[in-house]
Amino acid sequence: MATAASFIATTRFGLGPKPGEQERIAADPRAWLVEQIVPLDLPPSALAGLPSSRDYLTDLGAARRQSGEEKMAARKARRMAHRKEVALRTRAQIEAGDPFHERLVAFWSNHFTVSVKKPHLFAIAGAYEREAIRPHVVGRFEDMLSAVLHHPAMLLYLDNVQSIGPNSPAGKRRHRGLNENLAREILELHTLGVDGGYAQEDVTELARILTGWSIGRQRDDVPGGFAFHARAHEPGAKTLLGVRYPESGIEEGKTAFAALTRHPSTARHIATKLARHFIADEPPDGAVSRLATIFRDTEGDLAALARSLVQEDAAWANPTAKVKTPNDFVVSALRATGVDADSKRLVGSLELLGQAPFAAPSPAGWPDTGEHWIGPGATLSRAEWALALGRRLAGHRAHEVLVATTIEPIVSASTRLTIERAPSEAEAIALVLASPEFQRR
Amino acid sequence: MISRRTALKLLAGGSATAVMANGLRLAVADAPTERRFVLVILRGGLDGLASVPAYADPDYHAQRGSLAFDDPDAAEGALDLDGFFGLHPSLSALHGMFRAGELLVVHAVATPYRSRSHFDGQNLLENGTARVNGATDGWLNRALGLMSSERQLGLAIGQSVPLVLRGPTPVGSWSPVQALPAADDDFLSRLATLYRDDLLFGPALTEAIRLQEMSDEIIGKQDTRRSRQDAKALTGVAESLARFLADPNGPRVAVLEAGGWDTHANQGLLTGRLAGRLAGLDEGLAVFKEASGAIWRDTVVAVVTEFGRTVAVNGTGGTDHGTAGAVFLLGGAVAGGRVIADWPGLSGDRLYGGRDLTPTTDLHAVWKSVLAWHLELPRDGIERIVFPGSAGVSALPDLIKT
Repeated sequence: MATAASFIATTRFGLGPKPGEQERIAADPRAWLVEQIVPLDLPPSALAGLPSSRDYLTDLGAARRQSGEEKMAARKARRMAHRKEVALRTRAQIEAGDPFHERLVAFWSNHFTVSVKKPHLFAIAGAYEREAIRPHVVGRFEDMLSAVLHHPAMLLYLDNVQSIGPNSPAGKRRHRGLNENLAREILELHTLGVDGGYAQEDVTELARILTGWSIGRQRDDVPGGFAFHARAHEPGAKTLLGVRYPESGIEEGKTAFAALTRHPSTARHIATKLARHFIADEPPDGAVSRLATIFRDTEGDLAALARSLVQEDAAWANPTAKVKTPNDFVVSALRATGVDADSKRLVGSLELLGQAPFAAPSPAGWPDTGEHWIGPGATLSRAEWALALGRRLAGHRAHEVLVATTIEPIVSASTRLTIERAPSEAEAIALVLASPEFQRR
Repeated sequence: MISRRTALKLLAGGSATAVMANGLRLAVADAPTERRFVLVILRGGLDGLASVPAYADPDYHAQRGSLAFDDPDAAEGALDLDGFFGLHPSLSALHGMFRAGELLVVHAVATPYRSRSHFDGQNLLENGTARVNGATDGWLNRALGLMSSERQLGLAIGQSVPLVLRGPTPVGSWSPVQALPAADDDFLSRLATLYRDDLLFGPALTEAIRLQEMSDEIIGKQDTRRSRQDAKALTGVAESLARFLADPNGPRVAVLEAGGWDTHANQGLLTGRLAGRLAGLDEGLAVFKEASGAIWRDTVVAVVTEFGRTVAVNGTGGTDHGTAGAVFLLGGAVAGGRVIADWPGLSGDRLYGGRDLTPTTDLHAVWKSVLAWHLELPRDGIERIVFPGSAGVSALPDLIKT
């Protein structure tokens, strides 16, 4: 029988229960979660066979020689490819049998956000998640950080491809210089955190370290992949967070990633974000400290962190501590109802409710607190979306099945009464989905 | 995504069926009938004593209290039908049809369902048996099966095919393209109940409603705007529906749904929630008649609901789930201008369960009549396949012009 623990396991850690999922795992919800903390050889089947970022970027390289019309057509094709990827990624979440693993993918993807708010990122953003995030969600933080910073999507998104050492051969010839966008966000968002104890000099120095980190051109070894352009790399020693980095080309960056991973501020920053995502908007200090200790002791073993989250009692205390994001809301509703939404509807729903995948408003990613998501407009939009879904579903007493699948262990008597009093099946279903219980995790 | 405007343009531009999902025009065989039948399901339980008040019943005013209409000769009285029954003043177009002999009212009618759950009541209304879940398909789908046509004759207007049209016989569906259905007043008040104690969603919804009211005030819309919105949607699809049905190769049978009839609170009399809904329904049916043109004479539109409501007003100015109510049949093929009722009376001892209008006519008797004399389906099939187990219920005679 479904319990508060099976609700939390499937809803907070997972992506919302499918029919029967709570009953199946109720005997040991924590074990079900721990089983999902394993590396996967293959991406979810929904994502199999999609083009790599190199495929896209090689096309982009070729586009330089295209006419205006061809360029337009190529741009349109990439937008189409992106929408397809968004739909398939959402489908992967809806179908996932290991939803905790999928949630970890989404969490880390959001932590290391790239966004199509920069149009260069169309199509590549999805490939980035498959290539740089997915393989490492239960691996090591340093490996993920390294994969992210070797990936063309991040190098494009935060302008590192334009950053050139002013004293490098390329810089001198072209009178160009540093762009510190990526360096700043690495320190502020990806590792130490905004109060993590770094100064402007550290940003500049990291930017110098990362000069030359770019995308392969046609004449490079890996066109459309990562390339280190030594001729753009700022020569000379750098000093990051008080540590001197003698000139060593690409190795400087790799050393810096290791140092940032071992920095206590990074442990604290990551622990806080994980606790906020899996425990509460204002996570308890004790839990954050425990997670930070695990991060430090294991030097960023993400599987160990995921396991300790599962064992963190605070994560099991309040079944409705978190508000679902629009993505959580849509995915959990479709998992629970089994409504087969076509790709257009899927993408359209997420756009309408304000969270199109890979379109976060800033490098900080999507916010992870309830007050950011729930305002007057969002409240109505979600209810109306629920009503539309209810009208599509509306089988006899389908709302009862929906309650049993989802909020049964935690539903209040007054919510149940309001649902039962609905004048039609469609509205009853809508009220289940709009209920405060369903909209939380 | 096709915008609503694009869809309208498509509709205006050519044959209505041009925008219909494939299927409906696939096999253009001769239709087995030129008759048209439209079923309008009002979900939530329309108050039959509000739509068709029995104003001359000696117990009417005493039982109905604040929800009783004045006599037709009063300034804002009911619209008179036959000296005993009237129509809700919002139903002026229907009143015109009645006088033209194109509207027939059957009163004190109910399905065989005798409990008060919307879900079960609607299930039975649509499955066509005397039991909840008595069939997994709908009676109108089974009726289409009797036509044994190569043509796809059934059409659902809406985002899904309702149970009454679901079943082995393929049917089409069409819905106007729109982003999301607007939450109407009724749904908003249910949401408000749902969020009453929630510190995040509660204030957000309150603010949303306040903003909406403010914009209504500024833009100068009537207070019944949101009540009418859903009904307006009916007006919007009514014209499209008429075009579909008028197309020689189009459907012959269609189902249309409208919600918002569950008036537990502040039902209102001349204005308010129910008045707005009924005005929208009236307008939608008038638009349909206007747009249907030449096929009107071959058409029967039936307007039904899952159950009626309590005779007495409840403590919140509304009515609760009841039993019998009123059914409208309209169209050029209807032998109208009459109210058909074996009237049970409204005195306390005559009420069903001491609270509801007592059913004296089985809704299946109406359907049998429409299927037999309008769609001209074989009697044997109607009895055995469409409404199995209803042998005791005979078709009401003379509902259809001959």
